[in-house]
Amino acid sequence: MSMINYASREINCKLVYYGPGLGGKTTNLEHVYNKVAPGAKGKMISLATETERTLFFDFLPVDLGTIRGFKTRFHLYTVPGQVYYNASRKLILKGVDGVVFVADSQIERMEANIEAMQNLYDNMAEHGYDLTKIPFIIQYNKRDLPNAASIPDLQAALNPGWPVEDTARQRPLADPYHEGEFLVGRTQDGEWIERATYFEAVAVNGEGVFDTLKAVSKLVLKTLG
Amino acid sequence: MSGASSWSLAEADHDRIVVMLNAFLRESNARTALLVDRTGQMVATAGEPPEFDPTTFASLAAADFSANDQLARLIGEPEFGSLFHQGETASMYLADIARRVILVVLFDTRTTLGLVKLRVRGTVGDLSQVFTEMFARDGGAAPRVEQDFLGDAEDEIDKLFGE
Repeated sequence: MSMINYASREINCKLVYYGPGLGGKTTNLEHVYNKVAPGAKGKMISLATETERTLFFDFLPVDLGTIRGFKTRFHLYTVPGQVYYNASRKLILKGVDGVVFVADSQIERMEANIEAMQNLYDNMAEHGYDLTKIPFIIQYNKRDLPNAASIPDLQAALNPGWPVEDTARQRPLADPYHEGEFLVGRTQDGEWIERATYFEAVAVNGEGVFDTLKAVSKLVLKTLG
Repeated sequence: MSGASSWSLAEADHDRIVVMLNAFLRESNARTALLVDRTGQMVATAGEPPEFDPTTFASLAAADFSANDQLARLIGEPEFGSLFHQGETASMYLADIARRVILVVLFDTRTTLGLVKLRVRGTVGDLSQVFTEMFARDGGAAPRVEQDFLGDAEDEIDKLFGE
């Protein structure tokens, strides 16, 4: 729920990093925190356990600066990935403007990814939000590991696409980030489907972190226009 | 979109709210009053300017309230309408406004919890009316920004997140 405050001339947008435990959500935020210019970021808050597992959320405000008279800010949140923290996870999604799903590419984590994706759909629906209608990016993290699943396998499992019912949108839309791939396209059965934009990442050394953030924040701003 | 509904705060509404908060502070002798929306964004402040980072404060206050809402449900209550956190010198009292916003009152030994609670009750009623009116008037329509804003914002994103 982006909020435009005309009195203080501020626009705030909420981005949530979602995904299975130990997938790299907090690592994404830490990289942003370490790389963004000091004047553009607030304090990073981590509500974590003693073993540095996220208990409630991590929070990082990032300032875009003053644009056309409005101080524009993104609030970045992560959720706890561990299955049993679902109550906290659901709370963080309240008022979300854009979602990044951080998937763990390791083959062994495929089931955890699928479970977390299902959980994301369910929790969004409980808030009355439709994940196919808000800015949504998938990040396949840990691409450097030898046991990483292939991108087609990950796409088939986590980003199979949803039907495009609006006839005006039933036309091919190329994926600007991957040559020869489509965000909106037709299946072999002739059905029009749309997929979320995806990025490959190695968050631990920062690869793909800013590509993901850039893409989701631009999508969120578009919803304001 | 069927995502979260956006909302905006007009200057006139903000001014009305701040007048109410200032009146509350005078009557209660509390230090600072803050309004935070349920998603963790600061809406308005009145009284002594806070020394902490308001953005961080707002996100934690909203999370605090949401977590307690869930605790309430677990024990069979629909909600906790208010919360109290007691410190040695500084304390906080949080109250729900129309299920959309949280009033956070910071106070110290210059007043008492009893007086704060008493005065909050009236202010919650007044503010609830303002917010209910505001949301009814806007009809939940998402705020819009001008096209120039989007172009400039994209440039800033490229600069800031360009590594």
